[in-house]
Amino acid sequence: MTIVPTQPKVEEGGIRAGAPILSTRNVWIRYGDHAAIKNVSMEIQEKRITAIIGPSGCGKSTLLRSFNRMNDFIENLSTEGQVCYRGENVYKKGIDPVEVRRKIGMVFQKPNPFPKTIFKNVSWGLSINGIKDNMADRVEKALIQVALFDEVKDKLNKSGLELSGGQQQRLCIARAIALEPEIVLMDEPCSALDPIATMRIEDLLLELKKKYTIVIVTHNMQQAARVSDKCAFFYNGDLIEFGETEQVFTRPREKQTEQYVTGRIG
Amino acid sequence: MSLKSRKMVGIGATGVFMFATILAVLILVILIFEIVSSGYKDLDWKFITSPPSVLSAEKAGIWPALMGSIWLMALTAVISIPVGIGAAIYLEELTVKNKLTRIIEVNISNLAGVPSIVYGILGLGIFVRQFHMGRSVLAGALTMSLLILPVIIVSAREALKAVPDSIRQAAYGLGATKIQTIWHHVLPAAVPGIVTGIILALSRAVGETAPIAMIGALSYIHDAPKGVMSSFTALPLQIYNWISYPQKEFHEIAGAAILVLLILLLTMNSIAITIRQRFERNRQW
Repeated sequence: MTIVPTQPKVEEGGIRAGAPILSTRNVWIRYGDHAAIKNVSMEIQEKRITAIIGPSGCGKSTLLRSFNRMNDFIENLSTEGQVCYRGENVYKKGIDPVEVRRKIGMVFQKPNPFPKTIFKNVSWGLSINGIKDNMADRVEKALIQVALFDEVKDKLNKSGLELSGGQQQRLCIARAIALEPEIVLMDEPCSALDPIATMRIEDLLLELKKKYTIVIVTHNMQQAARVSDKCAFFYNGDLIEFGETEQVFTRPREKQTEQYVTGRIG
Repeated sequence: MSLKSRKMVGIGATGVFMFATILAVLILVILIFEIVSSGYKDLDWKFITSPPSVLSAEKAGIWPALMGSIWLMALTAVISIPVGIGAAIYLEELTVKNKLTRIIEVNISNLAGVPSIVYGILGLGIFVRQFHMGRSVLAGALTMSLLILPVIIVSAREALKAVPDSIRQAAYGLGATKIQTIWHHVLPAAVPGIVTGIILALSRAVGETAPIAMIGALSYIHDAPKGVMSSFTALPLQIYNWISYPQKEFHEIAGAAILVLLILLLTMNSIAITIRQRFERNRQW
């Protein structure tokens, strides 16, 4: 397996889009004796959408959840190797996982708004992290960013659970980006949504990548092809291929990748 | 089996289950009817506000016993609710599951099945004698707390367990600490279950006779308790006391006292149901 290093491009304002913001080095993740992720080393680039694809049970969600230490809550799970966020291993002793999750936000498979008002859903993350000023502005800004504000501006005090599935998921994204994290991890964010709602989320992702680095796990290959810049294919816990999305889908280097993207395995 | 015989089995089973339901309800109705018919004549405001009398059933009342029961219940609640919820949160949310916590879990469940008289003996030995609390409301409440703590812990844990993990994940994903997650999301979502368990447990405490008889709550007390160190009596004990008199009149006022106890318990249970329904309306999962 070869990984072609991509040249960081300098964009307007001197921001180096494409520089690695997150990297894994020889990561092994085991549930008991079963290795779910085997010796994975990869780099996630800043302000890009990186898709992680592969058949069910290939370990893609497990890997994603190691990026912000959400695996800490799973008993019997062990992580080996390094997951570096801006050069620092998040699994290093003395690193507070709460601090990591503050910088690396997460959106889950099933929309999971809090059973609280729409406003509170967005403001809670801010308030527990000690941000108390301009709350209304911050909430509005986050809702505008996910293109939800116009739909909910008259019912900010209604329960978040009264929204449709797609709206709930956009609310969950708003909740995550209100904290202005650097990276947003998305674990199959559209798998519980209908095609229209999925389309809106995909449009949103393309908009969000201007500000955030996004890592999205998906079992929907078309989705990966549509939205991602880079794509990683996993099979049985192994990183089989990682490259520019266009290359992975049109000129896969590995046989297994080709079989997967053409629908012969998976 | 043919379709016809399968249908017959279905009809038969429905009949058996219906009979079981009717039997349970019927016994309750008969019981309530008995109590109401024997007790209602003597139940008036004077009966509630008078002290008991050993001489005349006519003059006797339940004021000290009623107040004693209310004191006992309030103090038991103050002691057992924080401890019970705290233990449930620790066991369910904070500790890692290992052999030790499993042993603790099993033992708490077992404690819920220990006969109440045993708690009475324990209360007598520890609170009344060892800690020199005497036969006070405080000693009674501590004993009752021991009795109902397992029930509160078990029901609170069930309520916490029923809160979907997705809520915890959402909170952690936003950089919340464990305590923030529990305090802001898990606990509020578990309130209906926890409150129901607490009120049912307190109802049990109000109805219990054996432990307070054991720690020696006196059955002739002229005044309502004035503080936590006052000696006291409670409704079940007063009822037991009156029943043991030879005169028929005392049996009748015992009926009236049972009626008061029953009203107290039914009120508490309906509060539990109301709270649960109110909270469940806002919950969707």
